[in-house]
Amino acid sequence: MKVFVCVKQVPDTETKIKIRADGNGIDTIGIKWVMNPYDEIAVEEAIKMREGGKATHVTAIGLGPKARVSETLRTALAMGADDAIVIDAPEDVDSFSTAKALAAAIRAEGEYKFVLTGKLAIDDNQSSVSQMVAEFLGIPHTTVVSKLEYADNQVTAEREVEGGSREVVQLSLPAVVAANKGLNSPRYASLPGIMKAKKKVIKELALGSLDTGEGDIRVRFQNFQLPPEKPAAQIIPGDVATATATLVRLLREEAKVI
Amino acid sequence: MATITVFTEFSANGQLKKSAIELLTAARGSGNKIHAIALGSGAGQLAAQLGQHGVDEAFLGDHAAFDQYNPEVFTAAVAQILEANKPAIVLASSSLLGRDLFPRVAARLKTGIASDCTELSIQGDTLTVRRPMYAGKCTAAADMSKSPIKIALMRANQLPTGAPAGSKNVQVHTVAAPSLELKTLVKQVVKGASEKLDLTEANIIVSGGRGMRDADSFKLLHDLAEVLGATVGASRAVVDAGWVPHGMQVGQTGKTVAPTLYIACGISGAIQHLAGMSGSKVIVAINKDANAPIFQKATYGIVGDVFEVLPVLTAEFKKLLH
Repeated sequence: MKVFVCVKQVPDTETKIKIRADGNGIDTIGIKWVMNPYDEIAVEEAIKMREGGKATHVTAIGLGPKARVSETLRTALAMGADDAIVIDAPEDVDSFSTAKALAAAIRAEGEYKFVLTGKLAIDDNQSSVSQMVAEFLGIPHTTVVSKLEYADNQVTAEREVEGGSREVVQLSLPAVVAANKGLNSPRYASLPGIMKAKKKVIKELALGSLDTGEGDIRVRFQNFQLPPEKPAAQIIPGDVATATATLVRLLREEAKVI
Repeated sequence: MATITVFTEFSANGQLKKSAIELLTAARGSGNKIHAIALGSGAGQLAAQLGQHGVDEAFLGDHAAFDQYNPEVFTAAVAQILEANKPAIVLASSSLLGRDLFPRVAARLKTGIASDCTELSIQGDTLTVRRPMYAGKCTAAADMSKSPIKIALMRANQLPTGAPAGSKNVQVHTVAAPSLELKTLVKQVVKGASEKLDLTEANIIVSGGRGMRDADSFKLLHDLAEVLGATVGASRAVVDAGWVPHGMQVGQTGKTVAPTLYIACGISGAIQHLAGMSGSKVIVAINKDANAPIFQKATYGIVGDVFEVLPVLTAEFKKLLH
């Protein structure tokens, strides 16, 4: 069976964010772009499935400005994906149009049994694309998955629910599953992997060829603001007994949170 | 007058969750017509409570088919209600359920969604929301003017809860369980050890980092959390070291939290951790290293050894609260 894994390119977690002059986005100059950490988990899972004989072929698929997004797809290929698809798109397409285009690209490939994604992307934190891809494909989904087992035509997923409880969900394939931390430890691309990846094919698609365009954008993020600068902490002096007593008093009388 | 539909989650004891009351309070202030949706056994008993919070019409699915969240069942039921009633705005909590369900509902209704919002106001039928981006390193407004139905998922503890408005007579609609050939089956629910609120809903969080030295020392944090009725969180370093499960991780690759009080113990304050907790109202940092970046974000700081400070602090809170 062929497995698709959706991959987003995001700024590295150490990135210090600067707001663009027009206020409607971030300044991308100098940003180190990486694969969304949850998508790395999804890629690892897809490759493990192929290694374990549960999948025959792994296709990584990403959307965004093609020159830079292709680098992240190259990483997926270096980890072990067989081929990749890049959907060339502007910076600021929303979850709805992203999911619509991803679903159309997956459908155009013919057979789709299983689609893996990360549980969210750490840039916009919308946690939406996975569920929307499933809806556009008309197949079931589950999210926040930290354990997966595959049988012939179904997967059993363990997912985190509120308060540390876990839920075991069974989905008939085809299905979309969004990976959480704990599912696996993503491998680093090996040197031979990186060399091999250079020869693998990244197919290019235009957003328009997937019946997706400007008119599909439902949400635009604008008026970006940095959080207000906080004054540095009020350091509470004194020995342990004095400091803790003062802290408790301040929390009650000044901050009024206790 | 526009209609605002609020998806109201309620607890097993039949009480509306605080996050639901926050949403109803925000909706009520706008002077629009308010619809509520509640699904699960006991939902039929919610009419009076919903009326107290200003709801005009309630769609109640008091049915065991809704007791366990199933994306297919919930999407079908909710999308059908929204399609039939065409509200201008839909509000729900950015809980695990809300975040799983509403993106799918949005796709079905061909509309947009803003999840994890931290600011919300409604004027007439205009919804204005802001939400953290890059796990809180900045915030942005979500322009949903191109969304036929505007769906916003609100993070808990961000909005005030108003006193009940004087009861309304709620018009109740019964929501039947959709008849579907299900491809999703919930086989089992494994209850977690803790009955505590999830980090994303907690009002107080006590969080530990590498400075706690080992997994066993987290007992000190649990002791403090017990006294405060808090939930325990952790930094990425601690989760990566395997001391605690990843569900407890606060930060850009964990949970983004915004409690009233966040107590960071032995956490130096990596940028990705600070991003995940800087929305907290009051931050207390306890760290040996006076130069730790966490003190830049904290409201109050104690420079000291967590192993000395925590037991005394716990005793001090106990004196005050019990």
